[in-house]
Amino acid sequence: MTTTQTLPRSVAPPPVPPRRRRGRLPGAQLWQASPLTYLALILGGVLSIFPIVWSFIIASRDNSAVYEMPPTPGDQLFTNIDRMLANEDAAFVYGLVNSAVVSTVVTISVIFFSSLAGFAFAKLKFRGSNALLLIIIMTMMVPTQLGVIPLYLMMVELGWTGTLQAVIVPFLVQGFGVFMMRQYAMSAISDELIEAARLDGCSTWRIYWNVVLPALRPAAAVLGLLTFMQTWNEFLWPFIVLTPDTPTVQYSLKILSSGLYQTDYVALFAGTALATLPLLIVFIIFGRQIIGGIMEGAVKS
Amino acid sequence: MSSAVGAPRSHAASRPPLTPPRRRRSYRLGRWDLKYSPYLYVAPFFVLFGVFGLFPVLYTVYVSLFDYELLSGTKEFAGLENYRLLLEDAQFWNAAYNTLGIFVLSTMPQLIAALMLANLLNRQMRARTLLRMGVVIPNITSVAAVGIIFALIFADRYGLINWLLGTVGFDPIAWRDNRFASWFAIAFMVDWRWTGYNALIYLGAMQAIPKDLYESASLDGASTWRQFWTITVPLIRPTILFTIIISTIGGFQIFTEPLMYGNGLIRGGVDHQFQTLAMYIYEKTFTGNAEYGYGSAMSWLLFMMIIIFALINFALVRRSVKGDKK
Repeated sequence: MTTTQTLPRSVAPPPVPPRRRRGRLPGAQLWQASPLTYLALILGGVLSIFPIVWSFIIASRDNSAVYEMPPTPGDQLFTNIDRMLANEDAAFVYGLVNSAVVSTVVTISVIFFSSLAGFAFAKLKFRGSNALLLIIIMTMMVPTQLGVIPLYLMMVELGWTGTLQAVIVPFLVQGFGVFMMRQYAMSAISDELIEAARLDGCSTWRIYWNVVLPALRPAAAVLGLLTFMQTWNEFLWPFIVLTPDTPTVQYSLKILSSGLYQTDYVALFAGTALATLPLLIVFIIFGRQIIGGIMEGAVKS
Repeated sequence: MSSAVGAPRSHAASRPPLTPPRRRRSYRLGRWDLKYSPYLYVAPFFVLFGVFGLFPVLYTVYVSLFDYELLSGTKEFAGLENYRLLLEDAQFWNAAYNTLGIFVLSTMPQLIAALMLANLLNRQMRARTLLRMGVVIPNITSVAAVGIIFALIFADRYGLINWLLGTVGFDPIAWRDNRFASWFAIAFMVDWRWTGYNALIYLGAMQAIPKDLYESASLDGASTWRQFWTITVPLIRPTILFTIIISTIGGFQIFTEPLMYGNGLIRGGVDHQFQTLAMYIYEKTFTGNAEYGYGSAMSWLLFMMIIIFALINFALVRRSVKGDKK
């Protein structure tokens, strides 16, 4: 993980992953990128970014100019945003707030429970730990989306439909998070450190809170970023269990995109722009960490 | 490791004596702490996942055996009737056909392109982080937004693609009425969003391959292309298998892209030409008659399909990509 966060003094920086490509090996010129490589990658980057840029351009235009070519920005961005926000059926601002609340709560919870369980699996000895860890890995393969009907009936039973806890509580834990934290804790925290803390009379909980959690901070940041983005972008379950009165931002987009407002493209694209912007900012600031987190995913298989 | 467990005890004994009762209590507490707190720490995951993750998936089987009445709010045991009706339901088979078609069109090119992209990224280069960010940026956009944006890019009359086709002298394509064109457009969205992400996963695995393997291969005169297929691909085979399983699980449940592509309508085109199974489940269950039993039966069949195709893909790739014994 290429991260710049500072570790607590007592913890040596984890050795994962070694940056081999920095070493100038005899055959290194083989790994030098050619101009063609750059060209292909830049082309790929342009293809990746273009639809996003284009959607922002549409959001800045007038409805009569939606289809005009070539795509050049207009000057209607703020008018469009105002009109979109004024749409009471979509309740876009409320959706943004709801999404922020849901994503934040889920992220904190996933970090907490994942680091707690990951610490236990990496550093505490208990009977059945290997079997339990295997079960957690297997839960990553369960297509939980196929359980939405009973889950929905459960929410009806609990009286949670149309409330935010219905989209928070089922996502409080995550198998991937536990596994990621366990992998990081294995390499980032030495057994000696834990033993030393025990000798000082620390309880397991205090070891977790004062020693382990600070040491796990870099991994926790990455897990938090990935979880936040995933929760923010969640569509199907909020769409099923929430009502248009209590939307998340993705639900608001769905309302904007169908029915009566379908023809007001520029307002709709102002909506997609506003819904994407928070994550875009997060991505630009923390891009390096997010990339590190995704690449770490390769190690788990 | 018995030393970690034993340490505090022996240490406590060698300490200058505290007041005896307190020592005994903290000793007992410490033992309890060592023995049970690990279970306490992993328990929240199992409880929450069990209740909100695993239980609903399994309970789907039970629900699928009942016939739900919307008006009276009652349910009646129906045995396998839902499954029997399902197998005769043309719209179900249509949805299964669409799901499979979109899955094949999206997964294969996506993973191959991701491999190539990862290979390109796996070099010394300038602006490394920037280029990596460039390829993975689609993944941060929400599926709903992607669906809306691409619905306009693939719009029939004035869409960007048809405009491009027009400027080079081709006839516009009916991106929704034509079944295969609609599959292609939806698959394109999926590929756009996931190729860079998978490329980074492959890149992570590629960087763990020792570079001297390549050096000796190039000394033997193997071309870069040959090295890619005989060294890189076999060595990251576990990762490839992993992404295939994950893509299969995700691809068969595709819902939001086709929904947004068809202007948010659950029917998936006038003739359901791009309605997927997940959409049909939603249509049966959460619109109209609330046929929970029927929808659950369909969910369960979809689950079976996912398992079967995951195994087929797994076997295919394992056979075609020969791993070496390491």
